[in-house]
Amino acid sequence: MNIHTIATHLNKLADDTETGFNFDCTPINGEIDVLQVEIIGREEIPIFVSISDNQILCIAYLWGEDEIKTELKANMMEAMLEMNIPMPLSAFAKVENKYVVFGALSINSSLEDIELELVTLSDNSLEVISEMDSYLK
Amino acid sequence: MSIFKKIITAVRGGATEAGEAIVDANATRIFEQEIRDSEKHITIAKRDLTEVMAKQMQAARELAQLQASIKEHEGYAMQALNQGNEALAIEVAEKIAELESSAADQQQANESFLSSADRLKELIKKSERQLTEYKRQLTMVKTTESVQKATSAITDNFSASNSKLLNAKDSLERIKKKQAMFDDKLKAAEQLEAETPEQTLKSKLQDAGIGAQQTSAQSVLDRLKKK
Repeated sequence: MNIHTIATHLNKLADDTETGFNFDCTPINGEIDVLQVEIIGREEIPIFVSISDNQILCIAYLWGEDEIKTELKANMMEAMLEMNIPMPLSAFAKVENKYVVFGALSINSSLEDIELELVTLSDNSLEVISEMDSYLK
Repeated sequence: MSIFKKIITAVRGGATEAGEAIVDANATRIFEQEIRDSEKHITIAKRDLTEVMAKQMQAARELAQLQASIKEHEGYAMQALNQGNEALAIEVAEKIAELESSAADQQQANESFLSSADRLKELIKKSERQLTEYKRQLTMVKTTESVQKATSAITDNFSASNSKLLNAKDSLERIKKKQAMFDDKLKAAEQLEAETPEQTLKSKLQDAGIGAQQTSAQSVLDRLKKK
C-alpha cells in the first residue's frame, strides 16, 4: 500500500462512492510521502495520510495550543480522554503544538477500509470541534 | 532508559525541530542490527534443539533395545542354570552386566539430552519474547520519526503555498455554511423539479378530463356491467 494507490482510488471514486463523499487528494513531497485528502465541502479540515513500515496513519488537525482558553485547558483534556473510547475509529493526540484526531490502520487494510476511516475521521473532527468549542477562544 | 521514556523526553526537550531525530539514525541502525542478531540466534538455537531432540530419540531407542536384550539374556541365564550349566550361566551373566552398564550410560545420555532440550526450548521462548519487545520498541521510534517527518512535510507545504491552517472554529463555521448552502440548493432544485411546466400542464389536462386518464376501479366496473 502506498499513498498513490490510495489517491488513485479516492480520486476515481467520484459518483460510485458508498460513503456519499467526494475526495480530492494531493501528494505532498517530503522526507516521507504524505497525502493531503480533502473531502469536498470540508476542505478547511484536510486529512493527512502517511504510511510507515507497518501502519497507515491518518491525521486531522483540530486546533493549536494558542486557540485554547488557558484556564479551561485541564477540563478540555479531561473531556478528550473521556471521549477517546466512545469516538469511533479515531483517537486524540498531540503533534508538536497542535491537537489532532488520528486513526492508525494496518498496512494490509483494504482501500474501502481506508475510505471508511477517512470519512469517520472527518465526521469525528467536525463533531469534536463543534462539541468542544466552549474550551476554545 | 526505556524507549517510551526516551521518546517522551525527546519530544518534551524540543527535539521536535525539523530534521532532528528522536533517536539518531545510527542508533536505529544498531537497534535493527540487534534485532537481526537475535533472529539469527533464535534460528541457531532452533537448529540445535532439533539436533538434541534427534539425539535424545536415538538414545531412547538404544536404551529400549538394551533393556530388551537384558531381559532376553536373563532368560538364557535361567535356562543355563536349569540345565545345571553353571559355566554358561556365568558367561551369560557377564554379558548381562556389560549390557546393564551400557544401558546405564544410555539412560544418562537420554536424561542429559532431555534436559538440554528443555533448556533450549526455554531459551528460544525467552529470546522470542525479547525479540517481540525489541520490535515493538523499534516501531515506536520509527512511528515517532515518521510522524515528525510527515509534520514537517505538511508544515513546509503550507508555508510554501503561503496558506495556513485556519483556526478550528472558523473552519467549522465555513464548512457548516457550505453544508447549509448545499442543502438549500438541493431543496431549491427539488422545488424546481416539482414545478416544471410540463408537469403542471399534464396535471391541468388531467384535471380537465383531457388526454390519457388514469383507470379507476369504478371505470373498470362500469365497463364490465355494459357487457
